[in-house]
This record gives sequence, structure tokens and C-alpha cells, in this order.
Amino acid sequence: MSDYNVLIVEDSPTMRQLIAFALKRIRGVRIVEANDGVDGLKKLSSERFDLILTDINMPIMDGLKLVSLVRNDANYKAIPIVVITTEGAQEDRERALALGANDYITKPIQPTKILDVAKSLLKIA
Amino acid sequence: MQKDDERMVHSRGEEFLQVFKKGAEFTQDLLKENERLRFRVLELEKFQTSGGEAGSGADLRKLTERIADLEAEKQEILDRIKHVEEENQDFAARYLEIEDENNNLANLYIASYQLHSTLDFKEVLQIITEIIINLIGAEEFAIMLLDEKSDEIQAVATEGVERSEIPPVRLGKGVIGEVATSGESHFATDFDAYERDFTAPMVCIPLKIKEHVIGVLAIYKLLMQKKEFAPVDYELFTLLAGHAATAIFSSRLYSDSERKLSTIQGFIDLLTK
Repeated sequence: MSDYNVLIVEDSPTMRQLIAFALKRIRGVRIVEANDGVDGLKKLSSERFDLILTDINMPIMDGLKLVSLVRNDANYKAIPIVVITTEGAQEDRERALALGANDYITKPIQPTKILDVAKSLLKIA
Repeated sequence: MQKDDERMVHSRGEEFLQVFKKGAEFTQDLLKENERLRFRVLELEKFQTSGGEAGSGADLRKLTERIADLEAEKQEILDRIKHVEEENQDFAARYLEIEDENNNLANLYIASYQLHSTLDFKEVLQIITEIIINLIGAEEFAIMLLDEKSDEIQAVATEGVERSEIPPVRLGKGVIGEVATSGESHFATDFDAYERDFTAPMVCIPLKIKEHVIGVLAIYKLLMQKKEFAPVDYELFTLLAGHAATAIFSSRLYSDSERKLSTIQGFIDLLTK
């Protein structure tokens, strides 16, 4: 039985592995991976999640659309969402946060940063 | 009249007698108190002369020595606490360093694992591209391979720029040609002042199998949030130079052998029909 269920939505397998590696330092974490926004929504409907980490630029459904849909769904709107992206402009950050993302991390990927943000949103000391 | 006088004299005599008696009692009390105090003084003098002074002097010395010992001990403990605090700070700094190294090693491991996870040439190029974007933080770059027959280096995959925009380069010519010849990486001296030039990239890394260069990685622009390279980036470049080259070479060989196998199979099928 896991303490925290985390959903990683990212089209790059390399990135998924890197993010998963960073998160595995959290005791009792279980990670579920999705290739894009649609796959992410499918996985969301199948079980309860404590945190979602999503890329923005993905095929089929991008990360911002996913954030918007999750925030407007009564079943999922309380789940914290972290956006991890190459888009470093301030307006991109503001747009993601305005749609309901809880945090915004830019690439290149820094495992420590991801871990800190995840711990903070999962309320782990 | 005479009788009244006598009574008055008698009364005054009584009063005087009472006062005298009280004075006598008071004098007796004073004498007793005096005696008691003299006795007490004698006792104290006796105590002092019979060793009381010597005893308290030794105690004082002992106490002074004890205080000195405790002071020394206290100083030693303070020194040790200071030393432990310094050690703790060193450990904390070392912990952060190891944490960083651990993260970097994990990144390097995942990058190399992914590079060797497939023998499909296009997939290998895709993985190299992902590593350069996600781990190094490059926005515009090209993966260029050397055609050993024509001695020309050509882009086989690009990100942020069109492949057609990257001109082919002769071996030994310009920055890219020099890197391919020497096998030494090139880094622009000032990243901030760098202006995109397809013949002189900001960073040019040779893709090598041992000393044999099979191509280069040319970076023209970094992500806006990536201001400079971290030490791990140089390690990643070194890793890329080796593992990416091997992965590209293996996948190409595999593709060639698959194609040849398919051709041979076609001939065999023709001959056996």
C-alpha cells in the first residue's frame, strides 16, 4: 500500500525516468506514467492521485489543457499540479499558474528542485 | 499637715526602692549577657587557634583548584563543541555535494541507459535530442555526422532550426570541421555575446568512439533560463561524446545489416522458388 500516488504526464520516456528517479526518494511513493494529456486523464479516472507532474508540449493533449480540465473537474480539482517545461518566459509561467497549476519548474531538469516541490505539495516535512 | 508630708516621703521612698530594684535586675542581666558573649568569643578564638583556620585554607585551595579544573574542562568542552559544529558544517556541505553528485550520476545513468535502449537509428537520434533539451537545456542544436567517403559533415537531426538551414561542412574546415578533425570540444568564449552562426556554433562536441570521430553535436542557443553551463553539463558532454557515438554507430550498423539481410533473404527466396 503506497502513501502517495503520483502521476507523471510526459511524452519523453527519458524525462519520465528522470522525474520518477527524483520522486522515488519519497518514502512510500508510487509512480504512474502517462504519455500525454489524454492518457493522463484516463489514468486519473482509474485511481486516486495525490500529485500530478505534467509537461506542457505533448502530442494529442498538451499539459495546459490537462491542467485546465483537472481544475474544472470536481473529482480531481483538489489534486496539486506541477508543470515541468522548457518554456521559461514569465508569461508562460503566469498562464500555467492562472489555469490552476500549483508550481512551475523549467528545464533543464533538476532532481532536487522537483523533489523539494513535490514534498512541499505532498506536505512532507 | 505633718502626716501628709510623712506619707509623701514614704511614697517616694517606695518608688525609689522599686527603681533601684529594677536597676539591680538590669545590671544582673547585663552581667549575664556579658559573660555569655565572653564565653562565645573564647570559643571562637579556640576554634580558630585549634586548626579551624588551617582547615578552611585547605578547603579554599581545594575549591580554587576544582574551579580551575572545571574552567579548563568547560573550555575543552567549548572547544570540542566548536570543532563539532565546524565538522557538522563540513558534513552538511559535503552532504549537499554528494546529493548533487548523486543526482548528476543518476542523470548520467538514465541518459546512457536510454541511449543504449534501442538499435533504431531514428530513436537514438530522438533520445540524444531529448537528453540535450532536458538535461543540458539547449534550444537550438544539430546532430551532425561525418560521411567518411566524402569527408563531409552533415546534419541528421535538428531542434529549433530547420535541417536544411545547417550547411554541410568539410572535414578540417571552420569550427565544426576542426572539432571533427581534432576530437577536441569547442566552447565559445563569451556565451552572452555569442550570435548564432551555423558554421561556428556556441558549443561543438565531437561524437567519438575511442579516438575515432563519427560526427559532432553543434549547439547554437540555450534555453532562456539556462544562462551558463554547470560542471555536470561538461560531464554530460563527455558522456554524450562517447555513448551517443556508440549508440549511433551501433544503430547504423544494425540498420545496415538488417537491410543487407533483407536483400539476401530476397535473393534466397528468388533462388529457392
